[in-house]
Amino acid sequence: MDPKDIIKPENLVYRKSRLMSDNTFNFCPGCGHGLVVRTIAEVIEEMGIEHDVIGISPVGCSVFLYDFYKFDVVEAAHGRACAVATGIKRVQPDKFVFTYQGDGDLAAIGTGETMHACNRGENIVIVFINNGIYGMTGGQMAPTTLEGMKTTTCPRGRDVKTMGYPLNITPLLAQLDGVCYVTRHSVHTPANVRKLKKALRTAFENQRDKKGTSIVEVVSNCNSGWGMSPKAANEWMVENMFKKYPLGDIKVDGKLVMDMNAPR
Amino acid sequence: MAKIQGAIVVETDRCKGCELCMYACPQNVIAMSDEVNSITRNYAYMAHPEACTGCTNCATICPDGYISVYRVKVEE
Repeated sequence: MDPKDIIKPENLVYRKSRLMSDNTFNFCPGCGHGLVVRTIAEVIEEMGIEHDVIGISPVGCSVFLYDFYKFDVVEAAHGRACAVATGIKRVQPDKFVFTYQGDGDLAAIGTGETMHACNRGENIVIVFINNGIYGMTGGQMAPTTLEGMKTTTCPRGRDVKTMGYPLNITPLLAQLDGVCYVTRHSVHTPANVRKLKKALRTAFENQRDKKGTSIVEVVSNCNSGWGMSPKAANEWMVENMFKKYPLGDIKVDGKLVMDMNAPR
Repeated sequence: MAKIQGAIVVETDRCKGCELCMYACPQNVIAMSDEVNSITRNYAYMAHPEACTGCTNCATICPDGYISVYRVKVEE
């Protein structure tokens, strides 16, 4: 059968979410950010809440989020996304509020805001992209950078004696009582993208049911920052990042499901 | 027996050529072009359209959402 006979509107089974604008992503080719941005839009489209959703994008590769979505996105100062989300959610409790933060934002400059928003149990969704590097500013070391991993500010690899240990922040946040749902996902295969979609849906449903803070961490690649091709970066991520940041649910419905003492 | 036949449409002018769809395709339908598009990238295209089953793996993994998937059931 000729592809021309198949390509008709009635046979369409997959297209980009209609909540995405026509602007080209500013992300590098093969970057996991684009997948997460797209998946959030798909979940919001499926739930039919596009008129009630407010996104918050702080500084980092997430900064141009307002360019890509057709729904409302508010820009926040570096690290302050959870603080801005708190304000918006308290003034408009019926809206769905989510933040979209990288590791330099959530785990470094915004640790205080994030911790306290989670401790207060603010009814928001936090999407956290962990790629172990400051991608936007040129690949400097982040708190989540792995031991021995080379970046532009630690060209001989991260030395834990002088630079500290990689910060595994989501299990820390999971121990706070205000947090309802914590999970860790990845976007390197289609199956993982579909799992992430389910997790994001659960997170937004928790917000609708006023259960507390939901955190979805996505372990992602940064092929430009790591100096690899997209495929090689994904393979490196599976080999190295998943050892320190294992995938799976950490807290579901307010109950810890991950063994905190398991060796990592 | 009914057979599933699929087809994809790639926005070739905007494809960034990351090749993730090529590796995600279980049927090896997708290949990268020898020519480059307006942003000087080798874009993805259907090299073996007859093998496509419309599984949507390529469209799911495309970071920029430049792939649309179509699918029909063909009675034999």
